[in-house]
Amino acid sequence: MNILVCLSQVPDTTTKISFTSDNKELNKAGVQYIINPYDELALTKALELNEASGGGSITVVHVGGADAEPVLRKALAIGADQAVRIDTAPMDARQVAAEIAHFVSSASFDLVLAGRESIDYNGGLVGGMLAEYLDWPLVNVATSIEGGAGGSMIVCRDMDGGREKLEVYLPAVITCQKELTEPRIPNMRGIMAARTKPLQVLAPQGKGADMHVLEHALPPSRQACRFFEVHQMDELVEALHQQAKVL
Amino acid sequence: MKILVYAEQQDGHLKKSAVEAVSFARQSFESRGDLNITVLLGGQVDTQAAAELGLYGANSVWMPAESILNSFEVHLHALAIQQALAESGAEVLVMAHTYCGKSLVPRLSVAWDAVLAAGVNSPPECASDGSWKVYRTVYSNKGIASYSVSGVRRILSFLPNALKPVECSSPCTVFPWNTTVNSAAAKTRSLELQKVQGKIPLTEAERVISGGRGLKGPEHWHLIEDLAEVCDAATACSKPVSDMHWRSHDEHVGQTGITIKPDLYMAVGISGAIQHLAGVSSSKTIVAINTDREAPFFKVADYGVVGDAFEVLPQLTQAIRRLRKG
Repeated sequence: MNILVCLSQVPDTTTKISFTSDNKELNKAGVQYIINPYDELALTKALELNEASGGGSITVVHVGGADAEPVLRKALAIGADQAVRIDTAPMDARQVAAEIAHFVSSASFDLVLAGRESIDYNGGLVGGMLAEYLDWPLVNVATSIEGGAGGSMIVCRDMDGGREKLEVYLPAVITCQKELTEPRIPNMRGIMAARTKPLQVLAPQGKGADMHVLEHALPPSRQACRFFEVHQMDELVEALHQQAKVL
Repeated sequence: MKILVYAEQQDGHLKKSAVEAVSFARQSFESRGDLNITVLLGGQVDTQAAAELGLYGANSVWMPAESILNSFEVHLHALAIQQALAESGAEVLVMAHTYCGKSLVPRLSVAWDAVLAAGVNSPPECASDGSWKVYRTVYSNKGIASYSVSGVRRILSFLPNALKPVECSSPCTVFPWNTTVNSAAAKTRSLELQKVQGKIPLTEAERVISGGRGLKGPEHWHLIEDLAEVCDAATACSKPVSDMHWRSHDEHVGQTGITIKPDLYMAVGISGAIQHLAGVSSSKTIVAINTDREAPFFKVADYGVVGDAFEVLPQLTQAIRRLRKG
């Protein structure tokens, strides 16, 4: 299959978040960027699907500036065949989805995989918007993906209060959840090969953003913890009942 | 101001998020004198249950006359909502940011060409020029961003448990609603549904009891389950616990798991790594139980017990039982 994997780069999960003095953006000093963990699962799944079927190619696409190229090289080292970067600052989900949709219409992909959300803006919207732009089916939050009969895929997805197994015909957009697979660490051969794999930079279509960030803030700090001894459980329960009113 | 609310149902019962969605719309735009809220039910439910949405601010409720929407197929529901948007003349669509909502709102924002404020924490602040200021958490709960939202058509989805439903009786009528959506428009075919039986879904839970490595093994989880049972709570776990397969991954809360904001979150034997705290720090009240007084969880907890989970949990469960009986 020809599979497209949408990649975003995000601050490492251990990052302590702070904002610039005008609160307009993230304070990037000392921040390490990684492939968004759910996108990395999408990439690994793409490799597994093509290894199982014995063919096809994998393209990764990113909407953003040249600072994301180390992350794209890492994706190539993990095993993607080529990378595409659409050269514009990502502003909101609709803009990113429109740019990727335009790229997808100019190529021939059977399947688009993306993470279920990025761990920076946590929107979880790009996959669904992309599916609508392309008029393709969407399966959101997939925990397993397998090839089915006659060009279909069998997918399990998380839903409210359970899980659903469903069949979807390609081409389709599927967003990836934990449990789908385990990420792969690139080996030396992959890292060497990544240097010469194609990384194409495309000009954007230039769709503007709908959503504009006014400012950022840190979550309000919480009051100091009130401690109870092991033999004071009735007192703790009383506090939860009377003071916090949560029991 | 005309608003369409999409209300979820499952197996013929309104979901908790249905009442929340109606009340969220009512509380957000109450100050608009010309507010009119139409509710599209995402499937057929009991007529009386539908009429009760009036208690939370619905003016009319549209009950699908056909059974086609009773199971959730995202493409059929998206088309039905578009039909209802056109028929109601709504400028704003409101729904919960549940798994269903997360699948619907991105598609609808493109299809209906609407500005999407997804997963907001609280009702929008409405400015005199008609724009909204909305707040949502970013960086997996480590930050909060405010956005300005304007545009002729808007979609607002809110996090479950973001706002307590408030009763405000408004005259409400339930109408049968005929959809033009045809089952041929479905793009996926459901093969099997596995529902979690008898358990409170984590994302809907008002109280959550969560266990970490301090429990020392899956065989001790009855202590967590007993406590959860006495306080009608859902159970959750930390990442190491789901990674070691002590508990299934759908219980994993944290930055790369589920983000929740219950009224009460109790962390038992979880040290409080930054990634875990990110997923739970918007909980209203946090209780931490840990043997290590220096555990980071105590820095964000409202109440703490330094002690062995095996000793604390049975006593805490008993104490809550006494309160419930009392």
